[in-house]
Amino acid sequence: MAAFAGIRFNSFKYMNYSTVLLSLAGGALIGLAAALLLYFNNRVAGISGIVAGLIKPWQSDSAWRLAFLIGLILSASVWFLFGGIMPIQLDSTVEVLAVSGLLVGYGTQLGNGCTSGHGICGLARLSTRSMVATACFMITAGLAVYGVHHVL
Amino acid sequence: MSFKKSPAFLILTAFLSGLIFGLGLIVAQMTNPAKVIGFLDVAGHWDPSLAFVIIGALVTLSSLQFLIKKSCRYNASKTESAKPLHSKVDAKLIIGSSIFGIGWGLSGLCPGPALVSLTSGLTGTFVFVGAMFTGFVVFKVLHQPK
Repeated sequence: MAAFAGIRFNSFKYMNYSTVLLSLAGGALIGLAAALLLYFNNRVAGISGIVAGLIKPWQSDSAWRLAFLIGLILSASVWFLFGGIMPIQLDSTVEVLAVSGLLVGYGTQLGNGCTSGHGICGLARLSTRSMVATACFMITAGLAVYGVHHVL
Repeated sequence: MSFKKSPAFLILTAFLSGLIFGLGLIVAQMTNPAKVIGFLDVAGHWDPSLAFVIIGALVTLSSLQFLIKKSCRYNASKTESAKPLHSKVDAKLIIGSSIFGIGWGLSGLCPGPALVSLTSGLTGTFVFVGAMFTGFVVFKVLHQPK
C-alpha cells in the first residue's frame, strides 16, 4: 500500500498534463504511420524486421525498406527544421551500449520483432504471440533496469 | 493497375510512414533513453508517461485498422510475397524477446529510437546501431543456413 502510494506520488512528480498529451500525440503519430504502411504497402511496421531485411543482396523489397529507414532517420532533421528539440540523455558507457545493441539485434531476430512490431502492431491485432513477446521483453527490460540502477 | 500499386508510390508511402513514425517517437520522447529507463524503472521514480504512448498508438492503429478493414496479418521480415505470420508461441519467441528486453533495459534504446537519434551525432548512438546490425548479422549466420 505504501509502495503503491509511493509510485503514485512519484508519477505525479515526473509527469504533468502536457506530458500525457504529448505522449498520446506521439503514440497517435506512431499508430498513423503503422496504418499507412499497412494500408498501402501491406506491411507490418516492425522496425527491426524492416531494417534487418536490408542485410542481403538488393531485391524487389529492398527499395521500400530503405525508403522507410531514410524517412525514419530524416524525421529528426524535419523536427529540427521546424524548431523542435530532441532531448537525449544517454548515460551508458560504450561497452554497455555495444552489449545492449548486440542483444537487441540478435534478440529481435530470434523473437521476430521489437517494441514496434510486437508491442504496437502485434497488440493492435490481438496476436497471442505478440502479447507473449511483449510481456517477455517488458519483464526482462524491467529486470535489466533494476539490475543496472539498483543492484550494480 | 492503379497508382496504389506502382513501385514509386509504394516507396513514397514507406518513406512517409518512416518519417511519421520517427516524428511520433520524438514527440513522445521515446528517443530519450533516460525517459525510457524511467518508464521501465518501476522500483525507482517510475515515469508512467510512455504507457500513454502505447495507449495512443494502439487506439489510433486499432481504429484505423477497423476503418481500412485490414489488420497486420503480414510479416515484414519475409521477402517477396507477404506470408501469414507464425501462429504458435514457441521457445524462439520467448527466448528472443527476453534477450531483446535485456538489451533494451541496459541502455534504454530499442531499434526505432536508436535509428532516429543517430541525427544527434552522439557517438553512443552509433555504437549501439553498429552493434545492433552486428546482432542482425550474427543471427543470420547462426540461424539461416545458406
